[in-house]
Amino acid sequence: MKLGKLPAKQFSQLLKVHQMNSDKITKGVLLLSSFVILFVAGGMIFSLVEGAIPALKSFGLSFIWSNNWNPTEGKENYGALPFIAGTIITSVAALLISLPLSFSVSLFLGEYYRGTRIAKILGTMVDLLAGIPSIVYGLWGFYVLRPLLIDLGLPNQGFGIFTASIILAIMIIPYATSLSNEIITMVPNELKEAAYSLGATRSEVIFNVVVPSARSGIIAGYILSFGRALGETMAVTMLIGNANIVPDGFFSTGNTMASVIANQFGEADGLKLSSLIAIGLLLFLLTGIINAIGKFIIKRMG
Amino acid sequence: MKNLALLVLTVFILGACSNSSNKQGGEKAGTSKVTLTAAGATFPMPYYNMVFKNYTSEFGTLLTYGGIGSGGGIRSLTDKVVDFGATDAYLSDDKLAEMPAEVVHIPTVLGAVVIAYNLPGVDGLKLSNELLEKIFMGEITNWNDPAIKANNEGLALPDMEITFVHRSDGSGTTYIFSDYMTKVSTKWADAVGTGKSLQWPVGMGAKGNPGVAGTISQTEGAIGYIGSEYAFAQKIQTALVQNSAGNYIEPSIASVSAAAKGEIPADTRIMLTNSDDPESYPISGFTWIILYKEQSYDGRSKDQALATVTFLDWLVSADAQGDAEKVHYAPLPDPAAEKAKAILRSVTFDGQPLLK
Repeated sequence: MKLGKLPAKQFSQLLKVHQMNSDKITKGVLLLSSFVILFVAGGMIFSLVEGAIPALKSFGLSFIWSNNWNPTEGKENYGALPFIAGTIITSVAALLISLPLSFSVSLFLGEYYRGTRIAKILGTMVDLLAGIPSIVYGLWGFYVLRPLLIDLGLPNQGFGIFTASIILAIMIIPYATSLSNEIITMVPNELKEAAYSLGATRSEVIFNVVVPSARSGIIAGYILSFGRALGETMAVTMLIGNANIVPDGFFSTGNTMASVIANQFGEADGLKLSSLIAIGLLLFLLTGIINAIGKFIIKRMG
Repeated sequence: MKNLALLVLTVFILGACSNSSNKQGGEKAGTSKVTLTAAGATFPMPYYNMVFKNYTSEFGTLLTYGGIGSGGGIRSLTDKVVDFGATDAYLSDDKLAEMPAEVVHIPTVLGAVVIAYNLPGVDGLKLSNELLEKIFMGEITNWNDPAIKANNEGLALPDMEITFVHRSDGSGTTYIFSDYMTKVSTKWADAVGTGKSLQWPVGMGAKGNPGVAGTISQTEGAIGYIGSEYAFAQKIQTALVQNSAGNYIEPSIASVSAAAKGEIPADTRIMLTNSDDPESYPISGFTWIILYKEQSYDGRSKDQALATVTFLDWLVSADAQGDAEKVHYAPLPDPAAEKAKAILRSVTFDGQPLLK
């Protein structure tokens, strides 16, 4: 039966019923999917905590600051400090390295060359960086960056915290850039025009008007990218040297939380498996804390 | 919107249907075409991949193998989700007691762990056990160390830092390597010991044999240990290692096979490292397939059980072993194959032996 042949009254009635049903269905589907997310997240926390209990029972809280990671049977002892230290050092370093770069690029794209062809090309390139799989970053770091660093006289054959931080920095640039770029573009023109009419130069407008009003968005972008650096696994594994020690310098080898889990999970059992899950739980908490700090900063500044 | 909801529902239902039909297919398979599922060690994977495929094309039995690591193989057998597991390190008496039922070991092939290094122009490096200990414990840090020079007269050893590359993941390769080191060095035994992953005194980790091999070949002055099948296929520089008779032995199919010539216990649970045979390469070892001795469990059909042992019997026979060298493994010497066959004949279904 074609709708066009229906009398007008019947048609509108049918439409009404249809709309009511579709409203209900939409609501139901949305509710269901939100619950699925809640359920999955809750399940993850539950299984992480459950899996971590044996390790936390045997080592107590000292698991967090013990630096002795010894999987040999009979001498088993697990401490997460080498990995916590490696994760935080590489992520902070990556953030510091990427900060000037992504900040300049977002200003370039969102303010100085806004809407020009070169900005479009550069913007696409930056977005492209975000789409490159991390294994490709790892390979590039391994075959291109590392020989370069060896030539520059870096110890440990170019492996270590420093190399991993550089790769991480490149990987997080697009995240920090595109978010801050977006926010910078959104700063109302009236504000800028007002400043210009008062005789402000371009850089004065940028640093006194644009950046302060986009501050919370820019910081949110950096926090997002910091979170990404914390959890990055593959590229880091290939370059950090995977030595389970607390790094004794910026050029030392080390390991990160995500990397040790990826490396050791396959053959782990018993207490070691539990310790790896406990590291996963700590990483989860760390990311949660970073996000909370980020939200707090945004709230205060906004 | 309604259509979308319907679509979602249909997809769910279809998904559920195909799932259940898969399961039924799996259970019923015994009556028509048997599918055997196995998982475990990555070390023998190239060999298993090849011979499993050969067996399927010859006899029709479908075989799948998941290279998830020895630990994963043992876990999968414990959870009874595979027909048989595979491991590079045999189960200790304690581990055997923890298993839900009696488990038997079938050695399938021999492999070795080679000491690979990257020193352009320096071939045939000879490393005594004392040198291995000192290099891997971090006591010798430069290639031109007098101790290395004294052992390698005529070789132009460069003034170059030694970079030790080990596995970053847990591995049967590491187990065989560290088992050898523990046997030949008391210092190593005290400080490091034997295991699938260790607390390394020095060096850096790379993931998997490909990771270690790649790092060594990209790094001048690097040294590390790699599964022989990988090193032979990639033609990486390998060092000669001193066996218990004092001979420096190059890792090769023949010298690896020689390691299994000695006395082997009836259950084949033996580490072949540091073998007595004067021709043997000392860092050699079996890799095993593990299965339950009583095959009637979890509602397994007799067809499934029979297919399992028939396949394994073929795997240790000359038909399959003859292909081992193609992928750079050493075939089982006859006495070891005999022992494997005898063990398979002790495998039962409802108390009755499956093979005659």
